[in-house]
Amino acid sequence: MSSEIVTTELLSCSYREGRVLEDVSFQVERGDYVGIVGPNGSGKSTLVKALLGLVAINKGSATLFGSPLTHFRDWHKVGYLPQSLHLVNPVFPATVHETVGLGLLSLKRFPKRLNRHDHDKISIILNELGVLDLEHKLIGELSGGQLQRVLLARAIVNDPELLVLDEPTAALDPETRSRFYAMISEINRSRGVTVLLVTHDSGAIGEHASKMLYLDKKILFYGSFDQFCCSPEMSSLFGEHSQHLMCHRH
Amino acid sequence: MNLLEILSYGFIQRALLAGTLIALLCSVLGVFLVLRRLSLIGDGLAHVTFGSTAIALALKLYSTMSLLVSMPIVLLASLGILKLTEKGRLSGDAAIGLVSALGISAGVILASVGGGYNVDLLSYLFGNILSIRSEEVVVAALLCVGVMLLLTLYYHELFAISFSDELAKVSGIRTSFINSILVLLTALSVVLAMKLVGIMLISSLLIVPAAGALQLARGFKVCILLAALQGCCSVIIGIIVSIMSNLPASASIVMVNLIFFAAACAIRRIIYPKNSN
Repeated sequence: MSSEIVTTELLSCSYREGRVLEDVSFQVERGDYVGIVGPNGSGKSTLVKALLGLVAINKGSATLFGSPLTHFRDWHKVGYLPQSLHLVNPVFPATVHETVGLGLLSLKRFPKRLNRHDHDKISIILNELGVLDLEHKLIGELSGGQLQRVLLARAIVNDPELLVLDEPTAALDPETRSRFYAMISEINRSRGVTVLLVTHDSGAIGEHASKMLYLDKKILFYGSFDQFCCSPEMSSLFGEHSQHLMCHRH
Repeated sequence: MNLLEILSYGFIQRALLAGTLIALLCSVLGVFLVLRRLSLIGDGLAHVTFGSTAIALALKLYSTMSLLVSMPIVLLASLGILKLTEKGRLSGDAAIGLVSALGISAGVILASVGGGYNVDLLSYLFGNILSIRSEEVVVAALLCVGVMLLLTLYYHELFAISFSDELAKVSGIRTSFINSILVLLTALSVVLAMKLVGIMLISSLLIVPAAGALQLARGFKVCILLAALQGCCSVIIGIIVSIMSNLPASASIVMVNLIFFAAACAIRRIIYPKNSN
């Protein structure tokens, strides 16, 4: 089994306003927990969307599980949690159970049908994430933290090998955010799931991630959190005082 | 005239049967369209139907035969709306507006060239379900079976794209293909619904049952069932009321639908007072 989960080579993406990513090359190994950080507009979300085929790549290449993105079909190996605030229509009439069931569609062939085993699996994953009592609620009735857990359940119900999270904690209070990061760490450790997590919060993610990728259109840093804290490039970028605060807040 | 007497007439039986089938299609599709914020696609396609019907009438094709001209044109127009939206050059409502303007202006020009508005074309504007013929009922039934079969086969994919296009793509669902199926099925239903409520009121058949169901449904499947129930009941009650009160059938159907919607809103306020604002 290949240990390379994600590989990009000189990947570039542009919107009408101009180039968002320039010559991004990096590799994610099986079991890594990579925190992708950087300022607003640095291309963090574009990077993960490009890796999932949601944004066109103008130059360079990306592979998932060794397959070029254009040929990649094993979507059951991938779980994705986008920014939930942008995602959920508050009047959407789906229950939590139905919403989590959508995560199983990547495992199904046409005509896609969920069986009894699938319904049991949905209940099990909701139980694991502590939201089984919400199973029959509508998603529009959930709080931010509850919604995040439900969407995480949707993302991992198919037992993915790669979990991609795009600013999953943006709408959460600091306490809920910290619990959420711990939950992702647990999934990474206990299930051996490779994690790519986009966040603004470089300090908090450092506590959990095995690697940090600092992006500002280009990759400015890619390595462990300890290396990140010792990096002279990061010192010059943040200033030593800010870097110290970021790295020693725990 | 009592109810049993009304139901004994063949033209009323045909109207009730065809109307119920068409309402079933429109209300089920409407749930997906409303949630995908494509509610007004029915209006746009209805205007294209007007234009294509003008072409059919100019070619002396009437009744079921006019469908041979309308259907391909409306199907193409629905794909046109989708392409304009997908290419990102226009938002969904602008694309619908553009295609709609093209359809209605083409219809007006053709009607004018063909000697002005005639009774046939006006019957398409406001619908005339009571004049529906047996062969039109058969066409409606066949299309209804086909559309419901496709909706059943692609139910989960349609549910997924309605929830989130982005998540559906990452689940390996071919979203462009599923979107095409949705708009093509809508186009077929709009052409059929033209006879029922007319071009001016078609969108109400798509939107109102879905809007009513969204007030009360606790679950996606439940929402579809409630919308279908509201749509079918509105047509049956609307036709009967129109005959008993000597009112136009199309407007009666829409008014009954709106009463159901208002009732759903009121029931929601009673059952879920916290979520009613």
